[in-house]
Amino acid sequence: MPIIEIVFYLFSLVLIASALCVVTVGNAVHAVLFLVLAFFSAACLWMLLHAEFLAIVLVLVYVGAVMVLFLFVVMMLDVNVSPGSEGFTRYLPAGVLVALAMAIQLFLVIWTRGMEAVPMPEAPDKDYSNTRELGKLLYTDYLYAFEIAAVLLLVAIIAAIALTHRRRPDAKHQDPGRQVKVRREDRVRLVKMKSEGEGG
Amino acid sequence: MLTLAHFLTLGAVLFAISVAGIFINRKNVLILLMCIELMLLAVNINFVAFSRFLDVMDGQVFVFFILTVAAAEAAIGLAILIVLFRNRRSINVEDIADLKG
Repeated sequence: MPIIEIVFYLFSLVLIASALCVVTVGNAVHAVLFLVLAFFSAACLWMLLHAEFLAIVLVLVYVGAVMVLFLFVVMMLDVNVSPGSEGFTRYLPAGVLVALAMAIQLFLVIWTRGMEAVPMPEAPDKDYSNTRELGKLLYTDYLYAFEIAAVLLLVAIIAAIALTHRRRPDAKHQDPGRQVKVRREDRVRLVKMKSEGEGG
Repeated sequence: MLTLAHFLTLGAVLFAISVAGIFINRKNVLILLMCIELMLLAVNINFVAFSRFLDVMDGQVFVFFILTVAAAEAAIGLAILIVLFRNRRSINVEDIADLKG
């Protein structure tokens, strides 16, 4: 068995096992950590498929940013749901049934349509750059989609901040509108008073 | 010999596991969000596999956009979750069925 198959089966096994743990473990912190393991093994599998840029992006963006965000929220919310609660056994048969039905349908499509006859293409040349090819495509054919994705991220930033932002009543802050509208009469008060004597 | 079907099978198994997870974890919205992330990962594996085996780079561009949308979705989902927890002191799905949908 060539090394590439051993690597594939090893990382697929880790990926599926960690996905099962995410689903069944119950404790949210452990679930996030297993999800990190799942993403990491998926990144290794993408390396195997010569999608180097996306593999690195998956580790950097997903494990580095999104999963850390998940961990922050899990630890901030302080929810302790006991594993094996009554919902688990109640919904387990239905869940397994639907998952099995879906998996069987997908297997039927995959294994009867000649997809097992598609072999792995030759490995690309030494000077082939996956990042360069992806960049060429992204900045020419998919330029508009790329810019819309950027706007989407901006919208997500603003929405996340607007949703979670909370104005404290006792916080000291400035109101620029009122600062601009202020007039001389609001601030200056002229007082008539007798002059003091000379030679003070 | 690794073929396209191997990678597609992996994606299918992962997708089925996360569908089962959505059924099982009715107590915890956080784990539901994680199951959605896993589903998107399964779809991405299919895209990358097709892109490699058919030698078309467009599949990887789609994975790029899916990652973008998934990150945005995770951020907004978690923000909604925090607001929900602040108001209700609970993230149990069964406690937030006021609309009876």
